[in-house]
Amino acid sequence: MTAVRFDNVSKRFGALAVLDAVSFDIAKGTAFCLLGRSGTGKSVTLRHIVGLVEPDSGTVFVEERDIKGLSRRELGEVRTHMGFLFQNAALFDSMSVGDNVAFPMRRHTKLSDGDIRERARKKLADVGLEADYDKMPGDLSGGMKKRAGLARAMALDPSILLVDEPSAGLDPITAKEIDDLLVATKRGGTTLVVVTHNIPSARVIGDDFAVLQEGRLLVHGTLEALDASEEPLVQAFMRSQGGG
Amino acid sequence: MPSLSTIDRVGASVLALFEFVGALSTFGARACVEAFRPPYEPREIARHLYQFGYRSAPLILTAGMAIGVVLSMHTRASLERFGAEAMIPAGLAIALIRETGPLTAGLLVSGRVGAGIGAEIGAMKVTEQIDALEANAVDAFKYLAVTRIIALMIAMPLLTVLMDFAGIFGGYLAEAAVSGMSWSLYFERAFTYISYSDLIPATLKTIVFGYLIAVAASYLGFSASRGTEGVGEASTRSVVMGSMLIILSDVVLVKIIFFFYPAVSG
Repeated sequence: MTAVRFDNVSKRFGALAVLDAVSFDIAKGTAFCLLGRSGTGKSVTLRHIVGLVEPDSGTVFVEERDIKGLSRRELGEVRTHMGFLFQNAALFDSMSVGDNVAFPMRRHTKLSDGDIRERARKKLADVGLEADYDKMPGDLSGGMKKRAGLARAMALDPSILLVDEPSAGLDPITAKEIDDLLVATKRGGTTLVVVTHNIPSARVIGDDFAVLQEGRLLVHGTLEALDASEEPLVQAFMRSQGGG
Repeated sequence: MPSLSTIDRVGASVLALFEFVGALSTFGARACVEAFRPPYEPREIARHLYQFGYRSAPLILTAGMAIGVVLSMHTRASLERFGAEAMIPAGLAIALIRETGPLTAGLLVSGRVGAGIGAEIGAMKVTEQIDALEANAVDAFKYLAVTRIIALMIAMPLLTVLMDFAGIFGGYLAEAAVSGMSWSLYFERAFTYISYSDLIPATLKTIVFGYLIAVAASYLGFSASRGTEGVGEASTRSVVMGSMLIILSDVVLVKIIFFFYPAVSG
């Protein structure tokens, strides 16, 4: 069954074509890694999935529902099934780290405050931040913010997890821990959509891969297909960072 | 004769102004509609009420007392010439309650709260926190803008009453220092010529001030771009826009008050 489907999606910002007739399917419970150079439309692709950006043409389906055709209430319902780790974490800086993670649970569950706190602590422990519940986002390093953002994205145990650059700004050991967490999350049945530049990390997490170049899908397929691709950009990517 | 490019530029500026006014009006109208739709976010409203109301109180109290002292000194200087010093408390109270209190409170709140709203929402915009709210299935407009607008509409009349009384008390201190007038006599003289038609409309008009300050600042915050520079610009423009809207709306509101309460204009 398909978790996410892009059908001929195009998007322009002014004169700039960010996505140009992009089509792909992501099967439920798999990890889809979107690769490409900076500014090629990877983050915009994630934003289309969560409905933060609407396509100029084409259709984005999430769990078989056309995102653009949903009412605000229906879109909210679909969004509660998704978690989104933003590139810069986007933690709410008026709340503590714990309250950031608790926020989706407070908004969308009927759990008691005690249960929410306990679950938020557990989610923070999963990303190695169990001691940082009461800290404010401004007191965290970039990597810690990223991990707290991931804990918040996973707060409602989403069926689809959108992750923008999960290992950016992390040391290799923590990056590996995050990769392992994402793999464990996928094994639990969550569909992952991961935007990354980190090829070794993508190799660990991904089942399905795509490379974007100037808004067009250059290659889409398995790891083997990408390794075998003769596209110079794909070759450069797959062989970078000791990836191949 | 102006060149075509000058006409083009003027035309573009006029169009941009209309576009801005249209967008701001739509934003404000949407807030009115959304305020009556659930969820009502009472916790957020209470949090902002504390931030905007309680935390503005020291500024309002200090400014109110200072204005009361200054007004008292000026009024004494004028009325002394006619031997009408006894009218000082009433003159000061009327000036404060009808106009000086509401307008000054509005301008002070525009500076303190309007700048804060513009900067805070602007910073949330450029750091993707607004997108994060939406991605978490929270209506960011309602959660950030409507709650602030409601909170400021509640806080403004309360702060205005505080300013009025701080001003009257400041006036009393100045008067007591000069003439040794007692508080009870001062209070009695101050309120001899004040009726509810002076206090109620003038105080309630600040609900409109609160609405305008919060709508302008929220709109400018939501429109922020270009990183920290954009946040600073949103903050500054919030103060300028809020102050202008207060002064302009005051003209209309005073006219409306005179229409419904002719005694006030007398």
